[in-house]
Amino acid sequence: MSRAALLVLADGRFPAGGHAHSGGAEPAVKAGRIRDAADLAEFCRGRLHTAGLTSAALAAAAAAGLDPLALDEAADARTPSPALRATARKLGRQMMRAARATWPSAELDALAAARPRGAHQPIVLGLAARAAGLGPEDAAHCVAYEVVSGPATAVVRLLSLDPFDATAVLARLAPELDAVARRAALAAAEAVVEGLDALPAASAPLLDVMAEAHAAWPVRLFAS
Amino acid sequence: MGAGAARGMGGLTLGAPGVRATARIVATPEGLPVLEGEGPLALRRTRARGPYHRVTVVGAMSAPLGGDRIAVEAEVRDGARLDVDSAAATIALPGRDGGRAHYDVRLTVGEGAELRWLPEQLISAHGSDLAMRTRIDLAAGARLVFREEQVLGRHGEAPGTLATRLTVHRAGRPLLDQELAYGPGAPGGWDGGAVLGGHRAAGQLLVVGPEFSERPAETGLLGESAVLTPLAGPGFLVTAVAPDARLLRRTLDDVLHAHLATR
Amino acid sequence: MHLNHSHEGPAAISADAHRPDGSRRALRVGLGGPVGSGKTATVAALCRALRDQLSIAVVTNDIYTREDAAFLLRNAVLPPERIQAVETGACPHTAIRDDISANLEAVEDLEDAVGPLDLILVESGGDNLTATFSKGLVDAQIFVIDVAGGDDIPRKGGPGVTTADLLVVNKTDLAPYVGSDLGRMARDAKEQRAELPVVFQSLRSDEGVDQVAGWVREQLAAWAA
Repeated sequence: MSRAALLVLADGRFPAGGHAHSGGAEPAVKAGRIRDAADLAEFCRGRLHTAGLTSAALAAAAAAGLDPLALDEAADARTPSPALRATARKLGRQMMRAARATWPSAELDALAAARPRGAHQPIVLGLAARAAGLGPEDAAHCVAYEVVSGPATAVVRLLSLDPFDATAVLARLAPELDAVARRAALAAAEAVVEGLDALPAASAPLLDVMAEAHAAWPVRLFAS
Repeated sequence: MGAGAARGMGGLTLGAPGVRATARIVATPEGLPVLEGEGPLALRRTRARGPYHRVTVVGAMSAPLGGDRIAVEAEVRDGARLDVDSAAATIALPGRDGGRAHYDVRLTVGEGAELRWLPEQLISAHGSDLAMRTRIDLAAGARLVFREEQVLGRHGEAPGTLATRLTVHRAGRPLLDQELAYGPGAPGGWDGGAVLGGHRAAGQLLVVGPEFSERPAETGLLGESAVLTPLAGPGFLVTAVAPDARLLRRTLDDVLHAHLATR
Repeated sequence: MHLNHSHEGPAAISADAHRPDGSRRALRVGLGGPVGSGKTATVAALCRALRDQLSIAVVTNDIYTREDAAFLLRNAVLPPERIQAVETGACPHTAIRDDISANLEAVEDLEDAVGPLDLILVESGGDNLTATFSKGLVDAQIFVIDVAGGDDIPRKGGPGVTTADLLVVNKTDLAPYVGSDLGRMARDAKEQRAELPVVFQSLRSDEGVDQVAGWVREQLAAWAA
């Protein structure tokens, strides 16, 4: 694997649309659930071990070569919120565009043709990682990082939180990010043998509730 | 709601060391050819409502110790209608050896059949550790109303560790898969702003039926901490968190009663 | 992998002149400029001037999601299905320059939904003098400043003023009230932009609107050629 390819894919400036999304942080700030760096850390930690683990495992499974359309269906079953399904597909379509320009691959082309409106983003990311010569755990790392860096960046803008504090939150989560990526990759390996029910389905009730509330706001800064 | 009170009401107490028990129900349009309780799980045929056979799960064990593996299996065969409830809340209690208890629920609903699975709450008492696994297989034309409520700790008590997984397949394809993990043994952040945000009760109400293929349910916000969401397949899920079991039940009941009124 | 490999080759990734079906896509013109300079009003004036001859759609990049789209809808310059808002996560310049994926999706969706289109106007969220559009997103860009923002803006330059394909100096009717020297602005702009065109516009008196519309028609003629 190329460690540098991982940096390109995980870079916050990778042009795949993520900058317009807060990962649920915008409604959480409005509801008073994130007021400072400590709240941000707990929010990110909770998101990492729930939606983050689930998404990371989907990405790892796609990177491991499991059928992306079956994974897309598994992702739908793991995403009861229609607002979050729409966001995942929108970001998946954007990731697909960036990935095909960056690491052209027949597998990406085939998924783009089968899901022109977008597949769930972690699955596209997993295929992109595969096209870039990266492995399942790399893909999982990428997703796990994005799951916490998105809210951290958004909260810097939403609360004018000190950017050093926000980055420190991410740095302190590093061991947990590694653990989640490892667990996601192990689950993907298990899914190769036992089927997709072996993939985790960890979920977070408040993320689902807040995503639907946020989607109904007439005025907001972030798309999700 | 204390453990003693629950036992007095015939509630189910989990945690006896090494108990292995499986209760089985089979429903057909004509009746209940299989109705077998075992160990801590007793099944009672209770007064039917309309065309539904009705079964009430009652707990009968008094030793609240750890390490159990118990299971309930219900099969609702083509065209049958079954209504399952429980006499009282299920309370997970710590075992002597600190071992984890396992509770598996396996439900199968056939073509044109309907299952209403509406047990009382699952209460995670301080020091307990329970893994609850529910697997539901639905035929394409099956109907399901399924409620699950998790209450973290008895009144004023710190929660135990509770991990649940609900996996639903319809016509062999995944429809819903959700894992929840709360308490001291759960991964970090479970009580933060993304997951529970300090709430002590969480619940799901899942409704599935072929009618939602044509006319999906509409997304609805149910106050600050609950939402009704149409699934990608034919059904909807209510996801709710609340400060306590009573407020949680009120939210789920509003949707449940509105749905049952349309049937 | 159970998917069949598509043999269509890579679909339009960004600046490709053709749509996946092989037809030529619409000309995309970006409108950028500082907050309050009159970008949305210029888009509205362009739509009114051109909508009878051309099939037009608009993408807005609001700071607060839908305000500019709502303005265009209220003023009924185009039917609602021809206006799409892109959400920018508090960073409007990122969405038109660094990560254009959401905007590309919006222009492609509009062509799919209401096409064929001749022209898509992509309006940026109000930003600062450095915000410019990526060449992967638009074929030509208009930078809109106004006389009330200070008559030294053309002299200060910056990527928008210096490199935009057309510079529009808006609200010329206000010049006497805010003490702006239009002659000086014209001289400074010429200095910064050499041969690139500048239009002085007042939407109150319709001054300049025809020139801007005429410039867009020229771009379109060159695009279709």
